[in-house]
Amino acid sequence: MLKIIKRPPLAEKKMFILRLLAVVFAIAASMVIIALLGHNPIKVMIEMVRGSIGSKYRISETINKMVPLLTLSLGVCVAYKMKFWNIGAEGQFYMGAYGAGVVAFNFGSLPSYLLLPAMFLGGILAGGLWALIPALLKAKWQTSETLVTLMLNYVAIRWITYLQYGPWRDPKAAGLPRMMHFPDAAALPEIGGMHIGWIIALVLVAFIYILIRYSKLGYEITVMGENPRTAEYAGMNTFRILLIAIMISGGICGIAGIIQATGLEHSISPVLSSGLGFTAIITAWLSKLQPVSLVSVSFLFAMMLQGGSYLQSVMKVPSDVAGVIQGVILFFVLGSEFFTQYKIVWDKRRDEESRRVDA
Amino acid sequence: MTERAAYIQMEGICKTFGVVQANDHINFSVEKGEIHALLGENGSGKSTLMNMLSGIYMPDSGSIIIGGKPCHFHSPKDAILSGIGMVHQHFKLVDILTAKENITAGMPGSFFIKNKGMTADIDKIAAKYGLQVQADRKIYNMSVGEKQTVEILKVLYRGADLLILDEPTAVLTPQETAALFNILRNMRREGCAIIIITHKLNEVLEISDRVTVLRKGQCIGTVNTAETNAKALTEMMVGRPISLEIQRPFVESGSEIKPMLDVQNLTIENQEKIKVINNVSFQVRSGEILGVAGIAGSGQKELCEGIVGLQKVSGKVIFKGEDLAGCTPGTIINKGISMSFIPEDRLGMGLVGGLDIVDNVLLKSYRRTKGLFVDRKQGEIMAQGIVKRFDISTPGIHHQVSKLSGGNIQKVLLGREVSLDPSVIITAYPTRGLDIGASYHIYDVLNEEKKKGVGILYIGEDLDVLMELCDRIMVIHQGEIMDILPAAEATKEQLGLLMLGHREEGAYHA
Repeated sequence: MLKIIKRPPLAEKKMFILRLLAVVFAIAASMVIIALLGHNPIKVMIEMVRGSIGSKYRISETINKMVPLLTLSLGVCVAYKMKFWNIGAEGQFYMGAYGAGVVAFNFGSLPSYLLLPAMFLGGILAGGLWALIPALLKAKWQTSETLVTLMLNYVAIRWITYLQYGPWRDPKAAGLPRMMHFPDAAALPEIGGMHIGWIIALVLVAFIYILIRYSKLGYEITVMGENPRTAEYAGMNTFRILLIAIMISGGICGIAGIIQATGLEHSISPVLSSGLGFTAIITAWLSKLQPVSLVSVSFLFAMMLQGGSYLQSVMKVPSDVAGVIQGVILFFVLGSEFFTQYKIVWDKRRDEESRRVDA
Repeated sequence: MTERAAYIQMEGICKTFGVVQANDHINFSVEKGEIHALLGENGSGKSTLMNMLSGIYMPDSGSIIIGGKPCHFHSPKDAILSGIGMVHQHFKLVDILTAKENITAGMPGSFFIKNKGMTADIDKIAAKYGLQVQADRKIYNMSVGEKQTVEILKVLYRGADLLILDEPTAVLTPQETAALFNILRNMRREGCAIIIITHKLNEVLEISDRVTVLRKGQCIGTVNTAETNAKALTEMMVGRPISLEIQRPFVESGSEIKPMLDVQNLTIENQEKIKVINNVSFQVRSGEILGVAGIAGSGQKELCEGIVGLQKVSGKVIFKGEDLAGCTPGTIINKGISMSFIPEDRLGMGLVGGLDIVDNVLLKSYRRTKGLFVDRKQGEIMAQGIVKRFDISTPGIHHQVSKLSGGNIQKVLLGREVSLDPSVIITAYPTRGLDIGASYHIYDVLNEEKKKGVGILYIGEDLDVLMELCDRIMVIHQGEIMDILPAAEATKEQLGLLMLGHREEGAYHA
C-alpha cells in the first residue's frame, strides 16, 4: 500500500533540484506528446532552441517577446502579493495602449522627448484606472476580483476593436479596417537594432524588487496579503493600500501595452498582446512572485513562444506545440509543490497485515 | 479497584509527524468502569495518542489490544465498531439539524427513517446515563453544554463503551462542568470506560480514578488519583517542580483612583444588527488588572475590537480625556493603547505567520519613521531586545513566526506590545494553548506592566486564573455586564451563576 506522509521542510538546494526535476519531467512528457502528434520529438526540441537563440536576430526576437511578458508578470505580481487575483492583465495592457494612443493622436506634433513620456503617463493612468474598477468593487461590495478582472478583459479588447473600426480607423488603408499609425515621434528609440523596451522592463524589475522588499508600501502589501485582519489591527489603511497597489499593478500592465504599441506595431490592434496577459499569470506563479527569477522564467517562456513560431514556419509543426509544453511545465512544477511537503512511502505494515488476512 | 482486567491496552505506540516524534513507545491501558485522565501539556502527544485509539491516525508501530484481541483501525468507523467513541473539543454537529438527526446521521439503516424507534432508543440511552436532551431541538438553539451532551449521546448511540473526551470542560461554566461530571460518574457506574484528556489539575483530582501523564511524547507514568496531588502531577507534567501560585502585586493608587480607560454606554451591533455589546460601562484603572469572565461568545471579542476601533461602536471610550469612539485603529495605536488581542488561532490577528520576527515586531511602529522605506535596522534592534528580554527560543530574529512554538509566538506578540510602552493593554486569552511555564511567564509580564501603572483588561477563560491574577472581575453575559466583583472576594459558584445570566437581587446595575 502506498501512503502519503508529511515530510520535514526541505533545504533550499533540494527544493531547487526538485523544481529542476519537475521541468525535466515536463519536457520529457511534452516530447511524448510531440511524438504522439507524429513528429520527431528530439528534432522538434533542437529546432525550438535554435529558433529562439540560434542567431542574433532570433535572440532579439525572443527578447522582444520576453519584454511584454516580463512587464505583465511584474504587474500581476504586485496584485498577487496582496492575494488580489488580478487576471485582468490583458485588459490593462490594452487600456495602457489606449491611453498612450489618446496622447499620440491628440498631441502628435510634439517632439519625441515630450510625446513619449506623455504617452507613458497616459497609458499608465489608463491601465491603473482600469484595474481600479475591480479593486473599488471589491473594497466596497466584496465582489470577486477574479470575475470582474476577467470580464473587463473582454470589454477592453472590444473597446480597441471599436476604435479600430470607428474613430481611429486609418483612412489611408483603402477600406481595410486598420487603425491609424502613431506619428513617427511616438516610436520607442532603438539601441543596437532593438527598441529600449528591455531596459524599461529591467528598470521595472528593480523597481518592484525595491518596492516589495524595502518600502513601507511593499511591507503593507505583504502584510495585507498574508493576513488582512492583521493589517487592519495594525492600523493600516487597508482601503488606501489596496487601491494604490492595484493602481501600480494595472499601471505596469499598461506599460506592457505601451511598449508593444510604441516599440513594435506603432499602432494598436485587438491582437497586440497575443494573449500574453494570461501567460503572465503562469510566469508569475512559476517564479513564486520573485521579480528577479521572473526574468529567467519570462525568458524561458519567450524562447518557447519564439521557438514555436519558428517551428511552424520551418518544420510545419503547429506553433501551438509551444502552448502545450507551457501547460505541461506548469502542471509539473505546480504538482512538484506537493512533494516539497509530502512524500509517498510504501506502508509495509499494511502489507503484512493484508497478507495475514489472506493466509 | 484491584481485580479488573485491562479493557483496552496500548503498547509501545510510536507516531512521528515529519521530524516530530509525537508519541514515543507509549504504554497506556484503561479498565471498564474507570475514569482515566490523560494529563499533559500542549504538544505532549495526548491528542495524537487518542486519535490513534479512535482510528483517525494509524500508529507507526505498537499495538492496540481490546479485550485481549489485537486490533488495527484503518478509519474511525473501525474504532466505532470496536466500541470506541471520541468527543472532540470542537463539536462536529450540523447546526441546522435537530439533536436527534445529528445523533442518528450516518447510521446504517433502510432508506426510510424509522423515527419512532430511534426516539425510543435515544430516550433509553439518555435515561440510563442521566443525560438530558431535547431530541427535537435544533443544534443552533443549544448552549455549549447541551451541544456537548448531544455529542456524548451520539457516541453512545453508536454503541460505544469507551468514551474519549478531549478537553471537555474548556468551554463549560462551573455548573455545566459539574453536570458533565455527574454524567461521567453515571457512565462509570454502568461499566463504561472513560478517558478524559485535560490539562486542568483540579478536574483530574476531582473526577478521575487513575492518571497517566505524558510529556514530550513520552509516557511519564500512571498513578492512582487517590495517591497523588496537584504538586506531584505538575512535576510529572512539566519535568521540574514549579510554583502554582500566581502573583497579585498590590499597586498603590494614591488618594484617588485614576481611570486609564473609561468606557461609557458602549453598544456594538453585529452585521445582523443584533446588539452583541449592550450599553456597557466600566473603567480600567491605572495599575490594575480588570478580568473579564463569560462563557464563550458573550461579546468578549466584540468588546476588545470595539475599544480599539476595529468595530463600529456607539457610546464613549474615554482615554486621557479624549473620546476615542469612532477613531480608526491607526489613530488609537498612536495614542498609546496597545491591544494584544489573541483570537482562537493565535496567528489570526496580532501577527503575520508568514513573516519573520523583525517584520512582526515592526507591525505597529514602522510608520513612526520618516520616508518611503521600512527601517529594518530599527526593527532588528527591537526584535533582538524582545528575544532577549522574553527569552524567546528561536534560531534567529529572521525566523518565520509561524514556525515558532505557541509559547514563543505568544511572547513575540506580547513583547511587541509591551515594548511600545502602552498605557492600556487589552489582552484576550493570552495563555490559551500555552504550557504551564510559558503561562506563568505571561502572568509575570502582565504583572510587571501593572506595577508600572498600566491599566490591563484581561479577557480570560480559566476562572481559577482570573480569580488569582486579576484585581477585579467583570462578568459578561450576552453582551451585558452582570457584575464587577473584587477578585479576592468572588467565589467560583458566584461567577458561574453570573456567567449563566443569573443576577442576584440588588446587585450591579449598569
